[in-house]
Amino acid sequence: MRVSVKKWFNNGDPYVWINAGAVAISMVMVFGLLALIASRGLVHFWAHDVVQAEVEAKNGQVYPIIGELVESEMVSAVQLRDAGYTVPDNAEYMQRNLMKIGNRDITGADFRWVLDASLTKRSYPEDIVVMERREWGNFYGYLKQVKEGDVLIAEGRAAWDEFQARIDRALDIYTEIHDIEKGEIGAINSGMERLRLKQRGYELKGTATAENLLAIKEDRALLDATYQQLQAQLIGLYEKINRDQVVVANMDGTEINVDLAKIVRAYKPNAMSIADKIGFYISKFYEFVSDEPREANTEGGIFPAIFGTVLMVIIMSIIVTPFGVVAAVYLREYANQGAITRIIRIAVNNLAGVPSIVYGVFGLGFFIYFVGSGIDQALFPEALPSPTFGTGGLLWASITLAILTLPVVIVATEEGLSRIPRSIREGSLALGATKAETLWRVILPMASPAMMTGVILAIARAAGEVAPLMLVGVVKLAPSLPLDGNYPYLHLDQKFMHLGFHIYDVGFQSPNVEAARPLVYATSFLLVVVIALLNLSAVSIRNRLREKYKALEM
Amino acid sequence: MTESMNNQNELPESVSASSPRTHSIDISSLTRGDHQLNIENEKIALNVNDLRLSYGEKEALHGVNMKIPQKRVTAFIGPSGCGKSTLLRCFNRMNDLVDGVNIQGQVLLEDQNIYDRKVEVADLRRRVGMVFQKPNPFPKSIYENVAYGLRIQGINKKRVLDETVEWSLRSAALWDEVKDRLNDSALGLSGGQQQRLVIARTVAVKPEVLLLDEPASALDPLSTLKIEELIHQLKDDYTIVIVTHNMQQAARVSDYTAFMYMGDLVEFGDTDSLFTNPVKQQTEDYITGRYG
Repeated sequence: MRVSVKKWFNNGDPYVWINAGAVAISMVMVFGLLALIASRGLVHFWAHDVVQAEVEAKNGQVYPIIGELVESEMVSAVQLRDAGYTVPDNAEYMQRNLMKIGNRDITGADFRWVLDASLTKRSYPEDIVVMERREWGNFYGYLKQVKEGDVLIAEGRAAWDEFQARIDRALDIYTEIHDIEKGEIGAINSGMERLRLKQRGYELKGTATAENLLAIKEDRALLDATYQQLQAQLIGLYEKINRDQVVVANMDGTEINVDLAKIVRAYKPNAMSIADKIGFYISKFYEFVSDEPREANTEGGIFPAIFGTVLMVIIMSIIVTPFGVVAAVYLREYANQGAITRIIRIAVNNLAGVPSIVYGVFGLGFFIYFVGSGIDQALFPEALPSPTFGTGGLLWASITLAILTLPVVIVATEEGLSRIPRSIREGSLALGATKAETLWRVILPMASPAMMTGVILAIARAAGEVAPLMLVGVVKLAPSLPLDGNYPYLHLDQKFMHLGFHIYDVGFQSPNVEAARPLVYATSFLLVVVIALLNLSAVSIRNRLREKYKALEM
Repeated sequence: MTESMNNQNELPESVSASSPRTHSIDISSLTRGDHQLNIENEKIALNVNDLRLSYGEKEALHGVNMKIPQKRVTAFIGPSGCGKSTLLRCFNRMNDLVDGVNIQGQVLLEDQNIYDRKVEVADLRRRVGMVFQKPNPFPKSIYENVAYGLRIQGINKKRVLDETVEWSLRSAALWDEVKDRLNDSALGLSGGQQQRLVIARTVAVKPEVLLLDEPASALDPLSTLKIEELIHQLKDDYTIVIVTHNMQQAARVSDYTAFMYMGDLVEFGDTDSLFTNPVKQQTEDYITGRYG
């Protein structure tokens, strides 16, 4: 049966195919993106086997090498020949491997490119130890001795178990030290700072009476006493943690001493079974999402960035929702639907298209330099000249993003308001309700799913913004979280870390690009996950509201 | 059907018996024979004086004069666009919500012109309740729908609300059907139940006048029947004004009927005389189905 092209075209099949094709391409692109980010980022936490081999250098010298194969690429032989390598005549391309060799304190770089052909005598000895350190990156090599000061405790095969036990002890002490330094001493510092400001406030107001000053002095003495006590405790802990050392040999046999206090974890990847590696992977990934960054953000976790992102988005939502809803209610319900309202509506819609960096500049110029410094002069004169709100911070970042996302909320809410059937309004008015009562009791609840849609779009947009945040309060490394146990608990004036900026910083501002690359992918993946989780929670709230106020079938 | 409904003896036979639908009216259904209605003997609930209404340039009501009797059912009939709904919506100032509407003349409710500046529109609407063509329950529970008008008035005492809700639902002949699911969403009710819920909601604020704007036009025959029975019950307590497209319905439920055409009140009188012996030629043409 032959069907003419025209007939086939008119029966609608081509449109279905085009639509289905477009949907399919979109899905492939989205899932491809996620798969790429996930695969590149998530392999970073796997305990790769460590190879030991001999490399022939350009000048024909042979030296040993220990490291992980990170990636390989094909390089044209011409290029290699020009670089001075001896390359077989018939080869057009040669494989080149990137190896993570660690030991930055000895070799100066953690990564090295090695020609695949020049790697000989490869083996995977089970004894190879990888140590993650707080400084100088990973160490690859062999464990020789465990020492307590100068006293030899264990040597050879027995050293490993002793080493593990002592690392656990050191880590426990480290946690204790960290808790005291960040927690209790942090609280004392913030108390001291408050006392200083109080005193300065008395001086500025002219109420620095002997009585007041004495009270401050007493408080300070009290804090000082606690501090001395903690300090003594810390000294004790530091002595304990510095007790142990290990002697390790690197790839060419040089022995070095490493303090156990500086080791985060040690493992023998070649000796690990798959189950061990999975356990290791989970603990590494957990560290990534729950710990603070180390080594210029290239190691450790990104918890402060996740926390900052989520907190900022929540504060932004709290600010933007009432403003957006009020504006939409006015535009839709109260304003005369004339030329001026139309112009305002067009202006609002256009605001959504303004580049986000412009909002950043506005936030910096208006909120920080104008409003912030005004607040400082009015409310925090004692802290001047160091700014409190007159510098970037959580509050200004949230407000700037709230303005950025305001049009989205307004448009979505207006849409929702306009969809509510006229008969519902009339029904309420006919019962003697005023316009305001009708709005409050019937219209707004019914429009709440639309408001949530607006908030969802706002969250999606705000969580991914980076450019304006760089101007209004995001930093590379924040010393403490903006939410903690010190009065006033939520520090709206504090600078914070953000996943988006973290990606930029790790990827493009890092001193160690090779080490940072997998982290860029992993952080991107996590950012997507965080946004998806924020959105899903908003969507579930919306669906619940929708079910409750599902519109009449009219 | 509920107990109370079965006791309604005053229902005309033709309501339940599906009379063949013709354009002319089955006159047998009109002979009530209980008493002779006469507008001169009635107390007047609403007094309309030379009411003119225009949307922008277009005049929709050209000076309507009529007296709507208290505690009777008055029906407005007429072809589409004749202004009967517009007139009805003037009685609780629902037309105020329309942009560019201009109203002149008077509507007196107990000698008070409802278009007077002193009148609070919300108070007026409490006294003159309205039920619309399509059921429009709020997306709340059945209970909250009925309690809505009371809550607006600031009544939040549980006991008072409970009593009023039950009483209102009973008056709307809905209580027995919903008493076990008062906290369910009103949107789960059938169309006819929703419309009776809306009537219960309106009755709950104890209005003096009930305006029904084609209350049964979106309903199936059985629900229509229930609404009509309800109108019969309610007229003992309320002045009811009903707009309807369906002349049979007007004949069945109303005591007085007004025929409107092109924004004019053509004829107004007791239902029996208007349908059996219309004075105006236009009225006769309409009820005998010559146009409309």
